[in-house]
Amino acid sequence: MSANLRRLAVILGAATFVWLLADTLFTLPLPAVDLRPLVSANLAQSGVTHPVTAVLLNFRGFDTLLEIAVMLVALIAVLASLPGDSSRATVSDNTDDMLPAFSRTAVPLMLLYALYLLWAGAFRPGGAFQAGALLAAALALLHLARLMPAWSAPGLLLRGGLVAGFLVFLGIAAALMAGGALLQYPPAHAGMLILLIESTLAVSLALILAGLFLFVSSDGGTPK
Amino acid sequence: MTSELLFAVTGVILFAIGAAGTILLANLLRRVLAFNIMGSGACVVLVSLAQRNGIADPVPQAMVLTGIVVAVAATGVALALTRRLHQLTGECETTSSVEHD
Repeated sequence: MSANLRRLAVILGAATFVWLLADTLFTLPLPAVDLRPLVSANLAQSGVTHPVTAVLLNFRGFDTLLEIAVMLVALIAVLASLPGDSSRATVSDNTDDMLPAFSRTAVPLMLLYALYLLWAGAFRPGGAFQAGALLAAALALLHLARLMPAWSAPGLLLRGGLVAGFLVFLGIAAALMAGGALLQYPPAHAGMLILLIESTLAVSLALILAGLFLFVSSDGGTPK
Repeated sequence: MTSELLFAVTGVILFAIGAAGTILLANLLRRVLAFNIMGSGACVVLVSLAQRNGIADPVPQAMVLTGIVVAVAATGVALALTRRLHQLTGECETTSSVEHD
């Protein structure tokens, strides 16, 4: 009985929340500050021509720097939650032919498309995060097709790859401190710097996202 | 009612569904999913409100893009913890809400 009462109370609360917020949305005035003209006015000196990329990597670059730091912390938290005694994983026997065959065709195409997305980010929707997500999906697909073993504790090379994006971003940010503000790119070199940051970000993000899956996948997952 | 407001109200409904699910569901996997639905609702509200005057504003779009990636990371941590709990105890239910169906 009390469970039903609790459920009813929560559902009523949620419905009231929807009603109140929807009511507010209908009477909400247009925002007093319009950021679009500001973005378009400064787009020329941002180094890229796509406004979302300009906001992500230049005008609000600090957000993106902290974002990759959050990703890194999340991966460290996942690694810390793994059981310490997990043995090195091996590629188990292949029981299905379809997935490996599909993966062998799909993964090179995914790699190519990730490179395209990374390159396209400068002037149309795309960029490091989309490319990184696609690369991570390719790695996960390889593992699911049993063509690649799950990852055990990261070695030096993998650790380097995981932190490269954050360190390069942080290094460039620190180097630009001399110019006055954090992440204030000189307009002449902004495009080059953004491309450098995006490339390393894409690699690191792919490894971090894939690691969230592949490190966890190595321990068998059966209750003790 | 413009289509942007329709999107925004949809986002509010998604958020409410996710919030109710986060409170009511006992299974941790479902809770993580419900929490993700909450986050998606917030993103939909943010993006749709930003394009009410016709043209999309890139600043909220970039913020939502950042938010999605952070949400993926948080989900990964939540799932890893759930999995660890399952390894240690053999179940993935919270003990506080035992009066589930």
